[in-house]
Amino acid sequence: MAIAQAIGDTIEDQRTPPPDPKKRGRFTPYLLLLPGMLWLAIFFAVPLIFLFSTSLQTPVAGGEVGEFEQTFNFGNYVETLTDEYYYVPLFRSFIYSGIATVLALLIGYPLAYMIAFKSGRWRNLLLVMVIAPFFVSFLLRTIAWRQILADEGVVVGALRVIGLVGDTGGIYPSALAVITGLTYNFLPFMTLPIYASLERVDPRLIEAGRDLYAKPFTGFRKITWPLSMPGVVAGTLLTFIPAAGDYVNAELLGTGKNSMIGNRIQYEFFNVRDYPTMAVLSFVLMACILTIVLVYVRRVGSDDLV
Amino acid sequence: MAKADVTQAEGDLHLERLTKQFGDFVAVHDLSLVVPQGSFFALLGPSGCGKTTTLRMVAGLEDPTAGTIRIGDTEITHQKPYRRPVNTVFQNYALFPHMTIYDNVAFGLKRRGVKDVKQQVADALDLIQLSQVAQRKPAQLSGGQQQRVALARAIVNRPAVLLLDEPLGALDLKLRRQMQLELKRIQTEVGLTFIHVTHDQEEAMTMADSVAVMNNGIIEQLGPPTELYESPQTVFVANFLGQSNLFQATVKETDGEEIVLEDPDGMFRMPKKRVAAGVDTSTGRKVLVGVRPEKISIGPLAEAAAAPTDGNYVDGVIENASFLGVSTQYQVRTEGGEHIDVFAQNLDVHGLLAHGAEVRLTWRPHHGFVLAPDQDIHAGVEVGAGVSG
Ligand SMILES: Nc1ncnc2c1ncn2[C@@H]1O[C@H](COP(=O)(O)OP(=O)(O)O)[C@@H](O)[C@H]1O
Ligand SMILES: [Mg+2]
Repeated sequence: MAIAQAIGDTIEDQRTPPPDPKKRGRFTPYLLLLPGMLWLAIFFAVPLIFLFSTSLQTPVAGGEVGEFEQTFNFGNYVETLTDEYYYVPLFRSFIYSGIATVLALLIGYPLAYMIAFKSGRWRNLLLVMVIAPFFVSFLLRTIAWRQILADEGVVVGALRVIGLVGDTGGIYPSALAVITGLTYNFLPFMTLPIYASLERVDPRLIEAGRDLYAKPFTGFRKITWPLSMPGVVAGTLLTFIPAAGDYVNAELLGTGKNSMIGNRIQYEFFNVRDYPTMAVLSFVLMACILTIVLVYVRRVGSDDLV
Repeated sequence: MAKADVTQAEGDLHLERLTKQFGDFVAVHDLSLVVPQGSFFALLGPSGCGKTTTLRMVAGLEDPTAGTIRIGDTEITHQKPYRRPVNTVFQNYALFPHMTIYDNVAFGLKRRGVKDVKQQVADALDLIQLSQVAQRKPAQLSGGQQQRVALARAIVNRPAVLLLDEPLGALDLKLRRQMQLELKRIQTEVGLTFIHVTHDQEEAMTMADSVAVMNNGIIEQLGPPTELYESPQTVFVANFLGQSNLFQATVKETDGEEIVLEDPDGMFRMPKKRVAAGVDTSTGRKVLVGVRPEKISIGPLAEAAAAPTDGNYVDGVIENASFLGVSTQYQVRTEGGEHIDVFAQNLDVHGLLAHGAEVRLTWRPHHGFVLAPDQDIHAGVEVGAGVSG
């Protein structure tokens, strides 16, 4: 017994690595995390705290425009959110970005599918073409859509011929133009993650499906689509989140009736200089997006993501 | 031809003059064979000889350039894969990673709208003894388990033909031997037609009722394993299946049912029925003569010369002797300059013959075989030896 115990102890001793490297090993991960954590703290957490405190400020009595003092006025939230001037654009933001996300998915998925499976030696060229618009400024590209959708432009002309648009009607400026702009601007963010997912789908799995009596569409529905879900989730988030906070498209392609929450925030900040309202809107927008994303990821994410 | 429902076709599988070209490259050339219903058929050949391409044409995943494929009386040559009563166990298993084992196995049944899916899947999982992992994902299984799931996923559909593309290739040796027995048991149990593709000659020989040896897109020889081994028709088969001593000889004369051959080591006899089909054995013709190393007996020359030798013999000197336990492997250099391998069972008759010893090699005439002369004498050597075991 005693001997066995002693041998056991020795073995135990040998198994325990020398203490020094282990200690160093324990801290290495944190050390590596440090730059990232610092970055997050300085550029995310601290501004967030400032923003939150701003949202609770009150105008200085008798002060100038843009002069506020720190209070804890939670009434700012109630006041802002019950005002039609703010909650309608907020609501509109999610409608517009939601529609744009669906459209981008409907366009981006087939595009990504084609590039991944059918493009052969054109694949790289097509991928470059998906990214190519980024070489031109976001603003310029959006302004270009004014031309494309103008009353005397090709698109409206064609729609007038087939009678979808009346002789005096047009597209720009309108909700449709804003949504078109949003869809266009965020399409690469939808297409690329889906492409990355599809490209990793083993074609042999699709063959296995066909071998097991799946007709082409069934094979897609049961194999390709579920396996591309990570890309679809990433693509929809990368489209929906920035689109919901966007103000450029509504500014350039819409009228005042198409204002989104981003336009209000921008206006409060630069024109009215009502910083607390601006901060309240920013916080509410963030909370809404966070909630929607969490619900979405939980619903889709529980559905057999690989 | 009967206008039967393709999905219900059954019977022997007929491949007729099947050819597949990829651009200029001919992967399968004018291949014809019949696989009897319910048999365990092996397609054996070195890597790149066109085995997978052949299977893929049967499965419908590759469109033949020419030729026809039939199951019984039903032609399926250009049918869509999902219409054929054919299922495949893929080389890399190709299990659906996002589905449970249950869903993987149920996939084919559900697509065909079969009723008692649950019961059939349960039976299939029972058959491969993996009922306990039904709710796991493929990534959570070992290679051997994944292999069995791939098998169950195909078998559960009771296809007229089951194709297995090197199904055991990724397993380690021990597991492979175990799975060979298991596969054989399952095939006997379900009675389906199995076409088993492999480059491992031992695997093909132990499992299959008949074996087709394939090389460079053509079938070299087809038959039961013993026939292929004992009566190879080409040098490739002689070398790829096991090992053979091959040497050139000239036909001296025909003597009744035997032919007499001559080479630098002397004369020997060979029954006519041991001559491969189509080989010209008229007097003066050159042929190749083959003898398996284990068919040759070896003894000290002094002893052998004292008694009259029965059968064919050559004399030589031992160049190399390796003791392997159950047998000893000798390399003998004959007087005529040939190198001959001999596997001698260790019956403890002569003890170990030493390097340099003078010996006489004898073999019965009907243990040899005669092949056409115009072949590379080393065809199939490296490919065969490289992968066996
Ligand atoms: N899709 C293809 N395109 C071009 N060549 C191919 C294709 N598929 C197979 N081949 C070629 O055909 C030959 C036979 O391949 P394969 O049937 O996979 O051989 P095996 O399964 O016997 O190893 C190989 O030389 C391979 O390179
Ligand atoms: Mg292969």
